[in-house]
Amino acid sequence: MGSDKVIQISDSDFDNKVLKSTIPSLVDFWAPWCGPCKAIGPVISELAEEFDGKIQITKMNVDDSPSTPGKYGIRAIPTLILFKDGKIVDQITGAVGKAQLTALINKAL
Amino acid sequence: MDTDFQLIIVGGGPAGLTAGLYAARSRLKALLVEKGAVGGQVLTTEWIDNYPGFPEGISGFDLIDKMAAQAKRFGLETKIATVTSMDLAPPVKTIFFEDNSQFTCQSVIIANGARPNTLGIPGEKELTGKGVSYCATCDGPFYRDQEVVVVGGGDTAVQEAEHLTKFASKVTVVHRRDTLRATRILQEKAMANSRVSFIWNTEVIAIKGGESGVERLVLRATDGTESEINVQGIFILIGTIPNNESLPLDQLETDSSDFVKTDQEMRTNLPGVMAVGDIRSKNVRQVINAAGEGATATLAAETYLHQLKSTTID
Repeated sequence: MGSDKVIQISDSDFDNKVLKSTIPSLVDFWAPWCGPCKAIGPVISELAEEFDGKIQITKMNVDDSPSTPGKYGIRAIPTLILFKDGKIVDQITGAVGKAQLTALINKAL
Repeated sequence: MDTDFQLIIVGGGPAGLTAGLYAARSRLKALLVEKGAVGGQVLTTEWIDNYPGFPEGISGFDLIDKMAAQAKRFGLETKIATVTSMDLAPPVKTIFFEDNSQFTCQSVIIANGARPNTLGIPGEKELTGKGVSYCATCDGPFYRDQEVVVVGGGDTAVQEAEHLTKFASKVTVVHRRDTLRATRILQEKAMANSRVSFIWNTEVIAIKGGESGVERLVLRATDGTESEINVQGIFILIGTIPNNESLPLDQLETDSSDFVKTDQEMRTNLPGVMAVGDIRSKNVRQVINAAGEGATATLAAETYLHQLKSTTID
């Protein structure tokens, strides 16, 4: 169950959509071959609904967009990075539960 | 006895989902609670070749997807929430959630699972996600044409070492003994792969690196000699530790590593409380066992609920 509130981003629009965003953004770096990434998909969609308007929830496929994950030294997925005003607030690696992700997001509010 | 549910299953891996399937088919008023999405550790397994019924093998994700769909088909109720604590001793058991809500029930199946064990060595925590990994399936593709080390000698370590050769130019298995515990067929595949090599009787004692990630490992052989190996990644696959943070360890009987003890019907020392899957004290941790234990536990829960009902009437 995907949510249309989850924004798909790529290397080409990362700067515009995330770094220059007026509200904080959570970026979910994932890939289709990663089971845990797919498993947290529904949680990501729920968060997008719950934090609609306050936090932008985005997803980046690291296969299609290799340069942004490279820039942030990502060598494990799922990695979720929270950005505010173009800077990293905090990040989590691994398929964590909804409570932990909510706690992460709250750091930017 | 007035409770919210007859049975609450905590954890949505293969054990919990199978318990849930049996509970739904028995028409029990049951709830399965999972902290994130269903799955558990099996999601970190790229390919499962030893789960019967799938002659070509199946990915961990697809297997879980099918198990969840099957339980759903019979109407299993699920809730995404983190359990903070449980009171399991009284006849009416209570499960407490992070959002301060709670549910009561008559029986509980603990299927919390386990997570990868860590080495606990310098550099490990600092470099996790930057070259230190516990999941070859998730992170393998980041090591294209690089050299990596796998620590461990069990099924997971040996299978994933072989899997990593799809990406890494060289995979070195560092094992503290001189023989592997892994299943023969997995050993044979790894040994036959020219890109997998072995360093025996040796432990990794430190991980070194910087901003860009892991650079090298410090090794110590059983005879005390130390050496270094240059690699960009280290996959630590040395067994599991139980997810027992929410369990009442003062009520439940556990083994010396805090895995929950049960009898052959999956019953713990507490009446109406069963434990299944990777959190259970046992020697074999396979998906097939977890599923079988889930079925056994729900049948044991049914027997318990039946007895409870007859004693209440008397």
